[in-house]
This record gives sequence, C-alpha cells and structure tokens, in this order.
Amino acid sequence: MIEVRNLVKEFDGTMVLNNIDATFQKGVVNIIIGKSGSGKTVMLKCLVGLTPPTSGEILYDGSNLTTMRSGEVRRLRRDIGMLFQGAALFDSRTVLENVMFPLEMFSRKNRRERRKRAEFCLERVDLLHAANLLPSEISGGMKKRAAIARAIVLNPKYLFCDEPNSGLDPKTSQVIDELISDVTTDFNITTIVVSHDMNSVINIGDNVIFLNEGIKEWEGSKSQVMEADNEKLNDFVFASDLFRKIKEAEEIISEEEKG
Amino acid sequence: MSIISSLESIGQYALLLKRVLTLPDRFNQFMKEFLKGVYALGVNSIWIVIIISFFIGAVIVLQIALNIDSPMLPRFTVGVVSREIILLEFSSTIMCLILSGKVGSNIASEIGSMRITEQVDALEIMGVNSANFLILPKIAAFVAFMPVLVIFSMFMGLFGGYIICMVLGTPSVETYVYGIQAFFTESFVWYSILKSMLFGFIIASVSAFFGYTARGGALEVGEASTRSVVINSILILATDLVFTQLAMG
Repeated sequence: MIEVRNLVKEFDGTMVLNNIDATFQKGVVNIIIGKSGSGKTVMLKCLVGLTPPTSGEILYDGSNLTTMRSGEVRRLRRDIGMLFQGAALFDSRTVLENVMFPLEMFSRKNRRERRKRAEFCLERVDLLHAANLLPSEISGGMKKRAAIARAIVLNPKYLFCDEPNSGLDPKTSQVIDELISDVTTDFNITTIVVSHDMNSVINIGDNVIFLNEGIKEWEGSKSQVMEADNEKLNDFVFASDLFRKIKEAEEIISEEEKG
Repeated sequence: MSIISSLESIGQYALLLKRVLTLPDRFNQFMKEFLKGVYALGVNSIWIVIIISFFIGAVIVLQIALNIDSPMLPRFTVGVVSREIILLEFSSTIMCLILSGKVGSNIASEIGSMRITEQVDALEIMGVNSANFLILPKIAAFVAFMPVLVIFSMFMGLFGGYIICMVLGTPSVETYVYGIQAFFTESFVWYSILKSMLFGFIIASVSAFFGYTARGGALEVGEASTRSVVINSILILATDLVFTQLAMG
C-alpha cells in the first residue's frame, strides 16, 4: 500500500501539486486521471522519487520515501516496476536482454535461471516469439508489453504506469489495460496508472483519482465515474463524444424503466 | 547570470562525478560495458588517428624543412624539431582536440538520447546508479585506450615525415632518421601519454555530463553534443597550458 500525505510540489513558485492526500491499495488498479498539465505525471514522478516533492510524505508500506537516504531509496526501487510512456527499453539490447537486465543487476540466480524467468515473463505478456528482436524492430504495443515484462521480472511490490496507452490503437490499448489488470491481481501488487484515457478508467480503474490543476478534485471507483456530480470531472469525462452518448443512452434507459 | 549558471554547471559536474566514481553494482556488467567502450571509443578511433597523424606528421616535416633553411643549422634539426612537436604536443593535445569531436559527441549524444527517451530514468527506477553504470565504463575505457592511440599517433606522425623525406629528398631519409633519434628524451613519451590520459578523462567525463543533463528532445541532444565539443576543446587547451608548465617548466 502507498499513502500520500499533504503532497506539495512547486516549480519556480508555481504550485503543480497542491496538498494531495491519497491512498493506493494493494491488489487493485489505481488510476490517476486528469487533463494535460493537471500534474498527474509530476505526481507519478514524485511517487517514485524521480522528482523530490516540495513537502509532504510518501509512505511505502509505512516507510517514508521523502526521508530515506539514497541507498535506502535504491533498495526500495528494487521492489518497484515501472512502465514508461515510451516504454524506455534499452536500444542496444534485445527484448530478452532487456527483460533479463534487472535480474543480471540484482538477482543471485544463475544465467540459466535468469533466462528461464525472463522467458516466463515474456510468455506472460505473449511476446516470447520476439525475444531476440531489438526494440527498433517491434511495434509500439509490443514495446509496451516488453516493458511490462521487464517491470515484473523481479516480482515487484509496486507497479507504476505512465500513460500506458499513449500512441496505441484502441485494440492494443485494451490488451495493455487487461495485462496491467491481470498482473496486478496475479502478483497482488500496488498498481498506479497515470492516464487521460477514459477507456482505461472504465476497463480497469478499481480506484480512480481525478486531478485538476494540481488539486485532487474527486476520488471513487470506475462505476462511480459516470454518475459523479463533480462539474470538473464531468467536463473531463464527457469531453469525449462516445462517453457523452453513453451517458445520454443511460439516462434514456433509466427514464424508460421509470416510465 | 552566465557566471552563476557556469558555477552551477561546475557544481553539477562535481556532484555527477561523485556518483560516477563509486564501485560498480555488478563487476561483470561493468566489464561488459567497459569492453563495449574500448571498442566503440578506442578501437573505432584508430583509423582517424592513423590518417590524421600521417598527414599532419608529413606537413610538420615539410613546413620545418622549408622554413629552417639556414647554414647555421644542420639538416637533421628538421627531424629533431618534428619529433619534439609530434611527441610533445601533436600526438597528445592536437589528437585529443580531434578526438573530442568524435568521441565526445558520440558519448554526449548516446547518453543524451538515453536521457530523453527515459532509459536513464528506467535505470534509476530499477535501483541502478545510472551515472555509475553508464559513465564509469566509458571513462575507464577511453582513458585506458588512450596510450594506444597516442603511440599509434606518434608512430604514424613520424612515418608521415619519413615518407615526405623519401618523396622530396630534403632532408634525406638518413638525415631525418638520424634527427628523430638525436637527443631523444624518453620521458617526453611518458609525459605525452600521461597528458593524453588526463585529456581522455576530461573528454569522456565532460561529454557524459552534457549528455546526462540533456533535457527536451533531439534538438537539445544535438546542442548538448555541440556544447560538449566546445567546452572540451577549451578545457584541453587550458589544461595543456597548466600541465606543461607544471611538468616541464
């Protein structure tokens, strides 16, 4: 479980995150949504320690990240897997070598066991057939799957995903969403996804946090998102024509049922 | 304002070096990266060292032969002077200025590209000391291979002079060979090698700094690469001045 208390982040006097409180439970997919520039990526970077917060606490199962020494942070990070927006695979290594890399750095397994574990993770994301290809030789969706395999290879306790569906077609996005959801429940990890894709929210958002201009505006489950009476959230959710029509259809059905 | 930002950069460079100069997490991974660095930065630079040293060596001998034309000076002076120029300054300083363009831009653009595509962040998130993992093997590889490049350069520079003497006949090949052996001081070779290793450290670490701190996109990586070459050139020349005064003054 990850808890965030009074998280504040300022850049040159500009408040990007304003007193955020949140709890991210284990075994469920937590999604942070918001418009571009709402502070969600900054929040993710604060959560993993890539950007130090101005003030506040970030507790990983009770341990405060903001007061840890660099050695402790590095040890904690071995329990973290992260899927970057652009996948961030190492260009000069094959898909298999990318997945094996964390094992080579931190595992005591021998080479055969490392390879076996990496192949298991690649099979889990249905990418074993591309094990010997370079990142430049595979598609965007395959890169994301390879990055998920790399993120879970050390059995992390926490998984972070930054815009996992950016640049992907709807079908591939769905595959990635389902994979993130399956991995979260199978490995019982705390997963935090940053996204502005409402399809992801409806597909896998067990716990949804809506950020607007650095402020936590709303929190609830995916089933509550469509029913919420928060004006800013509704502006965001129903900016999509599809979701507006779904909402209208739901209202018509509800009226007909009443009638 | 620019003085403050320069001082900030020096501070950031010192802090980066503090992270770089630590023991590697995994020695076998360090050796892998070290050997890659030896090949990419050192072995791949041999051809440019050979070509440039040969022609510059030939031009040095040609210029000296044409300009030292006095009955007061014996002809073998051409060989002596050419040797001292090649050994003391050309093979270390000028060659490193050239290599700062090739190797420096290579390091800055490689690490800069990794930075903007979040590969450096990915290493950090895994708990890897990214500065140590990416930069230390490059510095170690380039510094370790520098003596090889310098010796190649010395040999090819003197060989270029030999060929020009053979073609033009003035001075004769025998006089030139006598000249390059006369009054030879072995310590000049060691001085040159030591100096080039220092320059190797500057080239690799400064270029890595500019790549590592690059932000933005491809344009910024290009700018970082250019800036690294400019700063490296200035630092090499300034260090040469200080080092020469300390070692030979």
